[in-house]
Amino acid sequence: MLSIETQLENPNHILIPKGEIDASNSVQLDESIRKLLEEGAKSILVDGSFIEYISSAGLGVFMSYLEDFQERGVSLKIFSLSPRVLEVFKILGLDRLIPIFPNKEAALNDK
Amino acid sequence: MEHKIQLFCQTTALSELRKFLNKNLSQIKLSEKDRHQVTLAVEEVCANLIIHSHQCNEQEQISLNLINEEDRVIFEIQDRGKAFNILDYEAPDLKTVVSEKRKGGLGIILVKKIMDEIEFESQEGTNTCRLTKFFGS
Repeated sequence: MLSIETQLENPNHILIPKGEIDASNSVQLDESIRKLLEEGAKSILVDGSFIEYISSAGLGVFMSYLEDFQERGVSLKIFSLSPRVLEVFKILGLDRLIPIFPNKEAALNDK
Repeated sequence: MEHKIQLFCQTTALSELRKFLNKNLSQIKLSEKDRHQVTLAVEEVCANLIIHSHQCNEQEQISLNLINEEDRVIFEIQDRGKAFNILDYEAPDLKTVVSEKRKGGLGIILVKKIMDEIEFESQEGTNTCRLTKFFGS
């Protein structure tokens, strides 16, 4: 099960996925990010606190937007990932491509 | 000790797979981190078969046999679809994934990094992908 909430905390858009992200529902994550881009978001912060599990289908969604983000000057940051989910980002080296922070405050303080 | 599950070829079966693994891996000598990672690797192989070899045809099935041995756990994933030999697949590097905006390819990188041994064989229409994780590796 996956639900995704978004909150606007000007100028940041906070994306809050809750549950398990796999090949059956990664399209929801894709749509949420696309919607934020369409709304003109320039700063997207993903609150990872409630991501219980993510497979390559979910990781691939983030990866597929990195070029678009760069071209459009959009910043993407992820914070509060659980240690085991963070480990998966690290196995793939995604922590070198996407800025990941221990908590929201650290993400907001990073300019 | 062995545990077996049959999955219909639809992506919603993946959560059923995780429940099966969660239940049966809790009894063996893997750390919590390793249990999570092998679950991910097994799911990646199954997702690949369900989506690419069986086009999410829910009339078809794949099977997983979990074999717990003294020093290792083995996952035997069998299907009768188009053979996909994971060992022949050259996983893309991350730069290619980003520049081509690919959503695929990452799963196989994960499987190869997490598992200690990967074997594949195809005999009389049955494909077997065997993944091994040694305890304490």
